[in-house]
Amino acid sequence: MSSERAPAPVAEITMEGVGKKFRNGALALQDVSLRLDKGEFVSLLGPSGCGKSTVLRLVSGLTPATAGSVLVNGMTPQNARQLMSFIFQDATLLPWRTVERNVGLGLELEHLARPARREKVAMMLELVGLKHVAQRYPRQLSGGMKMRVSIARALASRPRILLMDEPFAALDEMSRDRLNEELLRLYVEQAWTVLFVTHSVAEAVFLSTRIVILAPNPGRVAHVVPVELPWPRTAETRLTQAYEEQVARVSRLLRGVQSMQAARESAGGKEA
Amino acid sequence: MKRYVWLVVNSIIIFLCLLGVWQMAVMLLHVPSYMLPGPLTVGRVAVERFPSLVQSLLLSAEAAVIGLVCSIVVGVGVSLVFAQWRGFRRLFFPYTILLQTVPIVAIAPLIIMWVGPGLNSVALVTFIICLAPMIVNTTQGLISVDENLIHLFLMHQASGAQILFKLRLPHALPNLFTGIRISAGIAVIGAITGELFAGSSRVGVGGLGYSILYASNQLETDYLFALVAAATVLGFLFFFGTMFVEWYFLHNWHESNRSDVPE
Repeated sequence: MSSERAPAPVAEITMEGVGKKFRNGALALQDVSLRLDKGEFVSLLGPSGCGKSTVLRLVSGLTPATAGSVLVNGMTPQNARQLMSFIFQDATLLPWRTVERNVGLGLELEHLARPARREKVAMMLELVGLKHVAQRYPRQLSGGMKMRVSIARALASRPRILLMDEPFAALDEMSRDRLNEELLRLYVEQAWTVLFVTHSVAEAVFLSTRIVILAPNPGRVAHVVPVELPWPRTAETRLTQAYEEQVARVSRLLRGVQSMQAARESAGGKEA
Repeated sequence: MKRYVWLVVNSIIIFLCLLGVWQMAVMLLHVPSYMLPGPLTVGRVAVERFPSLVQSLLLSAEAAVIGLVCSIVVGVGVSLVFAQWRGFRRLFFPYTILLQTVPIVAIAPLIIMWVGPGLNSVALVTFIICLAPMIVNTTQGLISVDENLIHLFLMHQASGAQILFKLRLPHALPNLFTGIRISAGIAVIGAITGELFAGSSRVGVGGLGYSILYASNQLETDYLFALVAAATVLGFLFFFGTMFVEWYFLHNWHESNRSDVPE
């Protein structure tokens, strides 16, 4: 996709020397620099406690950085919110609203008039294949369906940037794979920039154009791995050797980061 | 459905049996009526004095409803303020405990002095004892919203009012109804207790509490029993009334009121 474009890629998200210190003094991130060009799909991988989710929170402006700068489309994250949609790990649906009204929530908060809202919501439900459950309540849906509703809600306000915090972590592998494929289909169609947090190497390899591996204590960038897999990626992609090699490579790097961490911890233990 | 009918029929049979035992005991042991009247005597006096019984019931119900409704309105209002301004909540929330711990019986004379005997003071007593459960429960619901949901609203540039009324308030509805259920239960007790002290503004005409006191002084034990039965009926009506309102608002989405099984 990017080879077609002649001009230099446009930076959609830039983080420069970003640090985050929590109020209790713990250092979550240190000197993280990261640049996402328009149309990139970047996954953040790393052991728990490496600050993956914190990166998302900084980019979304839900929490301020304590050092360095975060810019989204040249603006502060808080000013760029209308460009972004955040998809959380649990579906975060409002249980008192039907599927239809959950999908329309963002549009309602942004004061879109009812007829326009209805039209958009119907489109989104069509897009994620949930038209038949529009009038149901969240508790009547399966985990996968709830996640689809959550995605439809995020897409309804036509974001340019998607921030996804382990969105499929709670799902079984089959639903996860299917949703991965649907997400990629939409990604190719809509040309988003995506920042995706996950624990799953396989998921990261399948989805991303680039994978950023973070190391913990304090959270920092350990490796940046471009994923060289042809587009479009489909269920077939998972059966290719190239895919398996990429997964193996990323797994090795991730394990390296983890063993480094373990070694440092045991050394620290001896000293103490 | 069949099981439900069976349950109701059984309950009625057991109730009638208990009445029968009571009647037998009174007759066989020759208990004087002013000590313990039998259910037949109570029934007869209830029929004879039905108009005044109903009047007492309605007076108590009126005071209880006024007190309860005021406590719901004020309680929800105060809770919304508490939810919106944390500093305010920190400063004033402890005073709701004061509302709960103040012995209402002790301040009843003050209330009568301030607003006069009769409906006003009875409703005020009810209001005071109903207020704390409303505030405590509703505030709890308003402030215990999942952080991610707040973030979701913030990402859509929601205003403070939108977060309060489109997120916190609906989220707090189950807690709010828990508060109403608790308050409805004590509203009837509150009204009757209030009437024991605040009594009536007209001699001989008063709510259940006033009439119970009056009947007891007159040694009309049979009528006293009829009044107690009426008070119980009033309590039941309040209980089922609030249950119905709760069901009406929550049955579509809340787990505790599910009306169907998910597919």
